[in-house]
Amino acid sequence: MIPESFEYHVPKTVDEAARMAAEFADDGKVLAGGHSLIPMMKLRLASPKHLIDLGRVEGLKYIREADGKIEIGALTTHFQAEYATLLKEKCPLLPETARAIGDVQVRNKGTIGGSLAHADPAADWPAAALALDAELKTVSTSGERWIPVSEFFVDLLTTSMNPGEILTAIRFPALPVRSGDAYAKHAHPASGFAVVGVAARVTLDEKGIVEKARVGVTGVSSKAYRASSVEAAITGKAPSSKNLDTASLHAVDGIDLNGDLYASAEYRGHLAKVYTARALALAVERAGGK
Amino acid sequence: MAAKLLGERIKRKEDPRLIQGRAHYVDDIKLVGMLHLAFVRSPYGHARLTAINTGAARNAPGVVAVFTGEDLKGRLGFVPCAVEMDGLKIPEHPCLAIGEVRYVGEPVAAVVATGRYLAADAAALVEVDYDMLPAVTSMEQALEKGSPLVHESLGDNLAFVAKIEGGDWKSVEADPSLKVIRQRMINQRLGPMAIETRGVIASYSPGEDTLTVWSSTQIPHLLKTHLAILNKMDESRCRVIAPEVGGAFGSKLNVYGEEGVACFASRQLGKPVKWIEGRRENLAGTIHGRDQIDDVEIYAKPDGTVVGLKCFILADLGAYHQFLTPGIPTLTAMMVLGCYNIKNVFVETKGVFTNKMATDAYRGAGRPEATYIIERAMDLVARELGMDPVDVRMKNFPAPGKDIVLPTGVNYDTANYQKTLKKVLKLSGYSKLRKEQVRLRKKGKLLGIGLSTYVEICAMGPSSRMPAGGWESGTVRVEPTGKVTVLTGASPHGQGEETSFAQIVAGELGIPYDDVTVFHGDTAQVPMGIGTFGSRATAVGGSAIYYAAQRIKKKMARIAAHKLEIKPGEVVFADGKLQSKDGSKSVAFTEIVTEAYYARQLPPGVEPGLSELYVFEPPNFTYPFGAHVAVTEIDAQTGEVSLRNYFAVDDCGRILNPMLVDGQVHGGLAQGIGQALWEELIYDENGQLLTGTLMDYAMPRARQFPWFETANTETRTPVNPLGVKGVGEAGTIGSTPALVNSVVDAMSAFGVRHIDMPLKPEKIWVHLKQGAMPGRDAA
Ligand SMILES: Cc1cc2nc3c(=O)[nH]c(=O)nc-3n(C[C@H](O)[C@H](O)[C@H](O)COP(=O)(O)OP(=O)(O)OC[C@H]3O[C@@H](n4cnc5c(N)ncnc54)[C@H](O)[C@@H]3O)c2cc1C
Repeated sequence: MIPESFEYHVPKTVDEAARMAAEFADDGKVLAGGHSLIPMMKLRLASPKHLIDLGRVEGLKYIREADGKIEIGALTTHFQAEYATLLKEKCPLLPETARAIGDVQVRNKGTIGGSLAHADPAADWPAAALALDAELKTVSTSGERWIPVSEFFVDLLTTSMNPGEILTAIRFPALPVRSGDAYAKHAHPASGFAVVGVAARVTLDEKGIVEKARVGVTGVSSKAYRASSVEAAITGKAPSSKNLDTASLHAVDGIDLNGDLYASAEYRGHLAKVYTARALALAVERAGGK
Repeated sequence: MAAKLLGERIKRKEDPRLIQGRAHYVDDIKLVGMLHLAFVRSPYGHARLTAINTGAARNAPGVVAVFTGEDLKGRLGFVPCAVEMDGLKIPEHPCLAIGEVRYVGEPVAAVVATGRYLAADAAALVEVDYDMLPAVTSMEQALEKGSPLVHESLGDNLAFVAKIEGGDWKSVEADPSLKVIRQRMINQRLGPMAIETRGVIASYSPGEDTLTVWSSTQIPHLLKTHLAILNKMDESRCRVIAPEVGGAFGSKLNVYGEEGVACFASRQLGKPVKWIEGRRENLAGTIHGRDQIDDVEIYAKPDGTVVGLKCFILADLGAYHQFLTPGIPTLTAMMVLGCYNIKNVFVETKGVFTNKMATDAYRGAGRPEATYIIERAMDLVARELGMDPVDVRMKNFPAPGKDIVLPTGVNYDTANYQKTLKKVLKLSGYSKLRKEQVRLRKKGKLLGIGLSTYVEICAMGPSSRMPAGGWESGTVRVEPTGKVTVLTGASPHGQGEETSFAQIVAGELGIPYDDVTVFHGDTAQVPMGIGTFGSRATAVGGSAIYYAAQRIKKKMARIAAHKLEIKPGEVVFADGKLQSKDGSKSVAFTEIVTEAYYARQLPPGVEPGLSELYVFEPPNFTYPFGAHVAVTEIDAQTGEVSLRNYFAVDDCGRILNPMLVDGQVHGGLAQGIGQALWEELIYDENGQLLTGTLMDYAMPRARQFPWFETANTETRTPVNPLGVKGVGEAGTIGSTPALVNSVVDAMSAFGVRHIDMPLKPEKIWVHLKQGAMPGRDAA
């Protein structure tokens, strides 16, 4: 449980951090909350020669509203997201997701940016980011760009960020009218990570019919994904429990399911369907349906 | 005053230093010039060591020495096993592997460096060539002919066979009216998982030729003896100190190879050497618990009377014996009849070697397995005969009483099983729960009500039945200022005896509780001792303290009587005074103490000073008991289990401090429920440990539990003067079957008879998906 030796760098600004990230692109790693990276280093599964600690970079810890969207700095902790009043009012999926992460210690240190950049297939934030069509801002020595979440997660622990790129902010659409958010999770009893986690946002039309549904699923395969067939199956329908249950049967369509010591692929698939139905039902209820 | 202090809910003396982070564990101790030790461990379950190249490690920064098994050969002894049994095979167990590795995590080489990180870096540079050998991890396979052998030289993998037989099986087997119920039950392997991992500092002084060892251990005195033997040193020159110990649960009731190597290294290098175990090392290389396959046969009359029980136990011992390894499953056999009057018993226990870490004492140590077997069996009988589990239990309890002799050869000191059961039924509202269960079932909801009525064996124990002595020492020394020093050989590590022993002594001497300080753990301070395990510290160690206090009182009474001109038998200790019964004559406690030390007017024949040692040898074990009810809800879609209520009524004899008893019960329940629902160490067929970190091995957490509703009855034991039985393991022993009975009860609607632990949701879902629940109202 002792990491190999490394050099520790403390940039003060995003520019400085980007310069260091470029300089050590081959054998360096950015450090945020350290709650994924440090355990990997202690197990010697990761042995970066340089650690670039973002902890003291100014301006990466914030939650604000801009242009009708919610923007969160990458270094914002899970705990801050859990308790932010703005989020509770304008984007309740985020605090609900944050609350489902690990335990208090993990939430106090871990960051939303670190979690998304790490792309753990069982992490909670990716489900919410997918359900909300989030956009992710990165900065590097060659400038900045916004990546739509649909292009962000590539595979197990792999994102579309280039070496030397730093994630600085994430943008989410606020909760529209007649809409509801929900996150439903079956946590692994040891790690706390999602065996299955389903994030949903449902918008109803004036007649109470499902106008739009977004479902993000994590934990069940090598990367989090949007359950588009579920979304398609429920859109335009009345949100009866029968309709929600039927639509949720598509939760793992075309997905290569993970199996492990705790839950077989078959059982995970089953859980994904049940939790999709539960997340949808709760979102509908919160949207004022039924 | 005595009566007032004992039985009171007094806050623990040890807590302020613990909760303020001011206690000293092994890793908090830093000695001048101290070196650090790291181990290279086998990544394979079974392999031949063909070459170990230590060159690169030796040249790494800060490295002082590297040792392999060959270096220790003949210079450091083997890891000891204290158990003696007919026909028991005891393989040689070197501190560092020689020639072959037999489990993942087995120490292969040791690196000593000037820093902990440097030692870890250098350990990664030791190159070991392994020639893979076939491993065996299934006990049944290990017993087949042609199986890979864990120890080639032993000829097979069977370490021992032991049998217990009692009663008249011929007539049982000839009785066609008896129902015979058979069930295989698996008691999975667990990790004891103390919060503080193991740790040791060995400090050898070449000039004085003395060895001082700080170790996170439950048994400092036994460890001292064995480290002296291992190191071929004069025991008088060895001292072991157990500083603060951050949990153990049996896992530190042992002598480990790493402790031997630390001593060896310190003696070689003439400097202090520290080793602190990492969590992964702890999961792989600290003893495991449980791991049995139990095939049970129950013979019952149609009215629910159980007349016979047969049990075939396969106990997975792992690759080597640790201190008590083969002894643990024999406790299962002894206690397998539980609290029932069953006249016929047959138990065959086979201890099996496999390519895994050794199993040994883990909280409950053999008794949780026994209780699981018999309590599941009672529920199976109830199920088969269509009876309520309460009725089956009531039917088979012996009448309340003393000295109940069982065909397994044990005799229970005192028993009143009816009383605890009735109390828990009332506490839980059992009959209401049953009605609620029926109501909910009609709505398709699954409520489970599980019962467990356990008896366990504690206060270990009479020396005649123990592998390494069953007595305990207690010293009470009144200092010249009147403050009282208490020394106990039981080495508590979290149980709270600094508090309860002070209560005993202050109560007996009639002095303020704060005037008494209890010390333990240092073999140079405490003359002799055994340790804390087997729920023995208060029953055996506390009794020694009690008797030592009587000796002090006798002496002080003689001095006081001389002074007050009354008879020694008339002296009463109360309120800081020694006085005549009517209170007309009195002298201050401190005045008699001063007299004892100044020794100017001592009665003839009285030695100066006030220090008494007593070694208590218990005449029997004690047999605490209890009744638990677990109420669970099962998610009918997913099989997820949630524990809704837990009710526990425990009888641990006389209660000295209810808060300490509650603490022990709560922690025990958490561990017992942890086994039922979550915990499991899994090896694959090659001997790889698949649950080697806390990301895979699921420990119970506070938020997973409801409020525990606990209560007690107090049936005192005649076995010791305090009347206490022991409570350290009760919660663990009683709760596991209550949980499983509860879940199986809920799932009985689906025809389920048994589910093996841990009760992962998928195992339950497998039954749920097979069909609609009978008796459910059409929705
Ligand atoms: C016991 C435990 C339980 C946990 N349970 C859960 C859980 O239930 N659900 C869950 O979702 N997570 C869980 N986690 C993970 C936790 O949420 C982590 O905090 C999170 O995954 C990573 O965030 P971090 O800030 O700690 O990142 P770090 O560990 O610091 O970094 C993770 C990776 O991302 C990179 N990185 C970090 N920040 C940036 C950035 N701004 N730009 C570019 N790259 C970056 C790092 O280089 C590294 O490769 C748990 C962790 C632990 C230790």
